[in-house]
Amino acid sequence: MKKLLLGNEAIARGAYEAGVTVAAAYPGTPSTEITEYIAAYDEIYAEWSPNEKVALETAFGASLAGARAICAMKHVGLNVAADPLFTASYTGVGGGLAVCVADDPGMHSSQNEQDSRHYAAASKVLMLEPSDSAECRAFTVQAFELSEKFDTPVLLRLTTRVSHSRSLSETGERAAFPNKKYEKNILKNVMMPGMARARHKIVEQRIRDLTEYAETCGLNTVEMNENPPRSRKFASEEAHNNFSPSAGTARKIGVITSGIAYQYAREALGDSVSYLKLGMVYPLPEKKITGFVSSVDICYVIEELDPVIENHCKRLGLNVLGKEAFSDAPGKNPGVQYPSALLGEYTASHIREVVLGEKPEAFSVSEKIPDRPPVMCAGCPHRGAFHVLNQLKLTVTGDIGCYTLGALPPLSAIDASLCMGASIGMAHGMSKADAGLSKKTVAVIGDSTFLHSGITGLMDVVYNRGSSVVMILDNRITGMTGHQDHPGTGRTIKGEPANAVSLEKICEAVGVRRVNVIDPFDIDGLKKLLKQELEADEPSVIITRRPCRLLIKAEQPRFSVSREACKNCGQCMKIGCPAISKQENAAVIDGTLCAGCGLCAGICKFKAIAATEVSV
Amino acid sequence: MNAASIVIAGVGGQGTLLASRIIGGAAIKSGCDVKVSEVHGMSQRGGSVITFVRYGDGKVSSPVIDSGQADAVLAFELLEAYRCVPYVKKAGGRIIANLQKSDPMPVITGAMDFPENIPEKIRGLGIPLDLLDATALAVKSGNSRAVNVVLIGRLAAALSFPKEIWLAVLRETVKPAFLETNVSAFDEGYYYKGK
Ligand code: SF4
Ligand code: SF4
Repeated sequence: MKKLLLGNEAIARGAYEAGVTVAAAYPGTPSTEITEYIAAYDEIYAEWSPNEKVALETAFGASLAGARAICAMKHVGLNVAADPLFTASYTGVGGGLAVCVADDPGMHSSQNEQDSRHYAAASKVLMLEPSDSAECRAFTVQAFELSEKFDTPVLLRLTTRVSHSRSLSETGERAAFPNKKYEKNILKNVMMPGMARARHKIVEQRIRDLTEYAETCGLNTVEMNENPPRSRKFASEEAHNNFSPSAGTARKIGVITSGIAYQYAREALGDSVSYLKLGMVYPLPEKKITGFVSSVDICYVIEELDPVIENHCKRLGLNVLGKEAFSDAPGKNPGVQYPSALLGEYTASHIREVVLGEKPEAFSVSEKIPDRPPVMCAGCPHRGAFHVLNQLKLTVTGDIGCYTLGALPPLSAIDASLCMGASIGMAHGMSKADAGLSKKTVAVIGDSTFLHSGITGLMDVVYNRGSSVVMILDNRITGMTGHQDHPGTGRTIKGEPANAVSLEKICEAVGVRRVNVIDPFDIDGLKKLLKQELEADEPSVIITRRPCRLLIKAEQPRFSVSREACKNCGQCMKIGCPAISKQENAAVIDGTLCAGCGLCAGICKFKAIAATEVSV
Repeated sequence: MNAASIVIAGVGGQGTLLASRIIGGAAIKSGCDVKVSEVHGMSQRGGSVITFVRYGDGKVSSPVIDSGQADAVLAFELLEAYRCVPYVKKAGGRIIANLQKSDPMPVITGAMDFPENIPEKIRGLGIPLDLLDATALAVKSGNSRAVNVVLIGRLAAALSFPKEIWLAVLRETVKPAFLETNVSAFDEGYYYKGK
């Protein structure tokens, strides 16, 4: 029976059916649920690794041992895991190895919009791209077969709208995949120059073989729609005329596309055009594309982000319309104007407008509607830390997590954020460049992020005689991605008890002599401690420890403002709690939103805020 | 190409995902092809969250709804209803909205004002607006958390699937202990007469 599966769930299902026995990942939107769904299968060992590099190395090790293995990450995670990927391309695999990488066009939850297809080309690794959940499942199963057939890791490229959409998919039984017998083979698996030279030749031959495979394989499909198109007014009559020998008459339109863009194109154009849908996006076929382009009068390449397929066509000398046809879109998401087709997501309306010249119709609102940016939850432990940082007017290098939201008003307490773990290196570099900054710069990093890639930064500070202050906001979980465990929580992905890594001991072992632990809601204590540590001429770590509000299940009190005592000074508004708003005569706390942390009560100078009732 | 398109709009944490699953479930039970586009990650921390549900007798291609394409917008909060006006289909689209207002951070910090008279402005554009106090109706049903189910009930009354289908999906989706109050919450929306 068909089931409505989330794209990521369908990947997990495919991995299960393919007989995968090992899965490793670090959480990252939009890839996180792949591994969460896999962890629900008893037959598969699954883990949250400390970071993506370790995850890929673990999956690679499992493949080396002869098992089918999978790992998953978001696009920027592949930057971290790029090192093992590039050389795993040389060694090839034992059991099949699939690496899922989820891009985020439109940056729903990311710091950049990189296009992972470049990684496939750069590492010379086969890449598949499904367009819905049924394909997520089927392509995952196929990824393992191809991985073994061509002796290569296989990248599965996803995008947010594929990962996080539900659509109908068949499900099948799990196939047994007994481990291949492990055999020591240093010529294949130890990549020193002598061995790697020989392997590189094999990699280049493999790409030629795969290109040949791409010409005929079922992953790349042509749908010819023979009905002659109705004569229509084109959006850009001139551009179209250049492509047609019979300008002004009916023309056959072709579309080359892949992934979610295929679904948008189908939505927009239906059976009025012919399609070459590429399920395998690296390496790309040559003859197949050339044949398709020459079978139509005009050919569009419809792909989000970078012009990867388009440039391939142009290298083949083919006349196709790509990014320039789709730039400066009027029909994009309401209220958002994209200057160019390289940015953000494509839409069916825009494709319809460009290809068929049909303008979308929509209501518009002229009034400026206030945005609703994400905020730290009511009761979030980070709020105390950022309130103090804001009050002390410090320069703060930030990191990736819920706490990145501390950059937004009214807390406005982050100056820079770059990538996972970067806060510490940035603070160190700033103080080396400007000694004056050193006494007022603090690095802020979450517990999970610190374990992911902050430890090496801290080592740098210690080793190279830095004196940065590093605040580890320890909320005991990986928050932003939806509360995943990590090496410090004492639980595995399957909920089993685990050895918990101690943040304090790591910092001490790295050589930090000043390690303090404090409750981020101890505002005065934290203020004093920060001032004191900034004065010290050696590295210092302050661990602010309080669990993420969403982990606390016990009933909490609710707070309210006394109308009589409140002077409406606005002080409590500065902590940016979504439960507090300023009304005409007094601040008001929304009792349904208040999480009962009490932070605001401590901040009010007039003692106007107090706990009132116990929530039910 | 003629799939029904429903936008579900709310504030991160309000339970819009469950709503999309129930609507999707009802469409599947009715033999439709279905696509649902969800929002995970950063926006779930109190940001605007927009979820799409599309279904139809033929194959549904895109999981995403573009501006001017929504047959219905189901809004859990009034400002989000207003924000979603551009999604509404000019011919025949409508909005079903909860009366509840929730201040976004720019309003809390005083940088912007909460727009006034939103219902009048929506109706002024000629968009049919079905407004209900789903929060109060949920309390009345005995389950103050079932605001989303009240709204689903209201939407269900506007769609063509028979009521039994919705109830069957509810039975499969909610915990047995909460089934009874969820069914009454659904009825509060389904039979709501307006005021
Ligand atoms: S999920 Fe936890 S850490 Fe993240 S903002 Fe909410 S309370 Fe804070
Ligand atoms: S106690 Fe105050 S700061 Fe904490 S959640 Fe409630 S209103 Fe917000």
